[in-house]
Amino acid sequence: MRRLLIAIPYIWLLLLFLVPFGIVLKISLSDYALSIPPYTPQLDLSTGWQGFAEFWSQLDMENYWFLTDDDLYWKAYLSSLQIAALSTFFTLLVGFPIAYGMANAPEHWRPTLMLLIILPFWTSFLIRVYAWIGILSNEGFLNQFLLAIGLISAPIKILNTDIAVYIGITYTYLPFMVLPIYATLEKLDGSLLEAAEDLGCTRLQAFWAVTVPLSKPGVIAGCFLVFIPALGEFVIPSLLGGSDTLMIGKVLWEEFFSNRDWPVASAVAIILLLILVIPIILFQRNEQKQREAGN
Amino acid sequence: MSSATVEFSPWTDPDTTPLISFEGVTKRFGNFTAIDNINLNIYPREFFALLGPSGCGKTTLMRMLGGFEEATEGTITIDGQDMAGIPANKRAVNMMFQSYALFPHLTVADNIAFGLHRSPMPKSEIQGRVDEMLRLVQLQKFAKRKPHQISGGQRQRVALARALAKAPKLLLLDEPLGALDKKLRQETQFELMDIQETTGTTFVIVTHDQEEAMTVASRIAVMDNGLLKQVDTPDRIYETPNSVYVADFIGDVNIVTGTATTVDGDATQLTWAEGVAPIKGMTGAQVTQGEPASFVIRPEKVSINKSEPEASNKVQGQVLDIAYLGNMSTYHVELPNGQIIKSQTANNRRIARRDITWEDTVWLSWTETAGIVLRD
Repeated sequence: MRRLLIAIPYIWLLLLFLVPFGIVLKISLSDYALSIPPYTPQLDLSTGWQGFAEFWSQLDMENYWFLTDDDLYWKAYLSSLQIAALSTFFTLLVGFPIAYGMANAPEHWRPTLMLLIILPFWTSFLIRVYAWIGILSNEGFLNQFLLAIGLISAPIKILNTDIAVYIGITYTYLPFMVLPIYATLEKLDGSLLEAAEDLGCTRLQAFWAVTVPLSKPGVIAGCFLVFIPALGEFVIPSLLGGSDTLMIGKVLWEEFFSNRDWPVASAVAIILLLILVIPIILFQRNEQKQREAGN
Repeated sequence: MSSATVEFSPWTDPDTTPLISFEGVTKRFGNFTAIDNINLNIYPREFFALLGPSGCGKTTLMRMLGGFEEATEGTITIDGQDMAGIPANKRAVNMMFQSYALFPHLTVADNIAFGLHRSPMPKSEIQGRVDEMLRLVQLQKFAKRKPHQISGGQRQRVALARALAKAPKLLLLDEPLGALDKKLRQETQFELMDIQETTGTTFVIVTHDQEEAMTVASRIAVMDNGLLKQVDTPDRIYETPNSVYVADFIGDVNIVTGTATTVDGDATQLTWAEGVAPIKGMTGAQVTQGEPASFVIRPEKVSINKSEPEASNKVQGQVLDIAYLGNMSTYHVELPNGQIIKSQTANNRRIARRDITWEDTVWLSWTETAGIVLRD
């Protein structure tokens, strides 16, 4: 019975992660072909062992070499890393004060504030991103407002620039930053701050000496939760970004659906996964350390 | 207690300037009065205990000294300076928190150095001071550990070292030993007293444990509902409580209610039942002749005998219960009117040779000065 219980998550991972990953990996080693599905070779189990040997011999790393040839790809990776990193930073900048405010709010207010943070999830992600088009476009609410108060004389172009992408990612992923930070700040023992003040700190010094270092696990968790999905983000750059906004998610999409070059697209996806594995391992390690410290 | 501590009694000398004084201090939280018009002086080098049940206001009183609460009315002065409006970080007062409040992200040494880094002490001297404090609490070996890597007793000592590192004029201890088990607590009480004596710091301790207060303190303030019930030395609190509340709160006590029939200087007689001789005891505070009063006496001051003894106070009763505590036994004796009196005797003979047992008719007796008559 216990083995069965342990087996369930493993079977889940095997069927829904490892098998698809194997398929994508295989496609990335195949060649483009005008067929359905659009790649070759295809495994035909009826040909027996010899067929499999022939199939195996046709797999190669060609698509990966192609990725290094065209600078579009590595530029897209780099640009994605940059956009993801900067967006994570902005999310932290906005999210920390929100989490701090929530953790210091009167106890009976906290569930309401928590609800307000989660509330946007009740609306479809796509609709919320479309809403930003209405806000950021040249005739959008933001420009109209700035024009009305006389701060600007001509509309500024925000939509279809990288700035719009930063705004979109920061807005969308904010809850993922706020919630883990809030969780650590809420657990923070108030007597630690009193002790810091008792030992000569001003309120601000106590914040830097106690609150900030003790919220580190939450900050790290939040940063990973934002950075990892932001790196492969596709919808936000394609809706809010400009034609020159280069993100690997968008490249991947175009490779699959516009070019129909599944092998190259698969190779792009595999590399993206490898890039993500590093922060994911770091994230896991942080979680584990936190758990150990908790005990 | 060492003889030096017994002679130490600045509160009896009207010329001594107190280190701390509360003058008409009241603290209200909304409609709730936590501290009700308190006047109190605490003297330099005192080990002063605030004792009372939870919610009596003892912690609030301490937090006002620490700068974490402001008095609603009245003035608090520390070393001649009015403390109104002075924040915690500007006071020469340090506090040892109940939960210790050690910084979990810092090592033992860094915890102790925390306050020093925010003091005028030159950087070069900090390490020396930290080492000195580590030696004081015997934690040199643990300097590099984090708080979660040491035991509860060690954490308590780190908290003490951290609070003493800045050599405060006044150290506040909020239930400092509450989290330790009984044996460790007793050892640590003596350690605390030693450290208090070596450093010469004034200690104010908050506790609900009367034994702890009796052991460590030079004076005890017994509090109830935001009021100071009695402020006195442990022996006087124990032997001459000024109210039934204090007598009942500190230690075990027999209470006999009646009427103070004759009050003659130090001696008072209490009539308490029909057809029996009145109880003779000491005159307590504010006892007036003819008024209802209570006679209180500690169980260990009541002797128990099988034969009628020669004594000024004696009553006959029947043994109802015997509580055997190892080193001593407590006999619950029921008097003919239903009143139960406890008598405690040291078990200096083996239990098999004990001559008093259940249902026995026994005589209880005590001297004229063993108990005290208090106003109800």
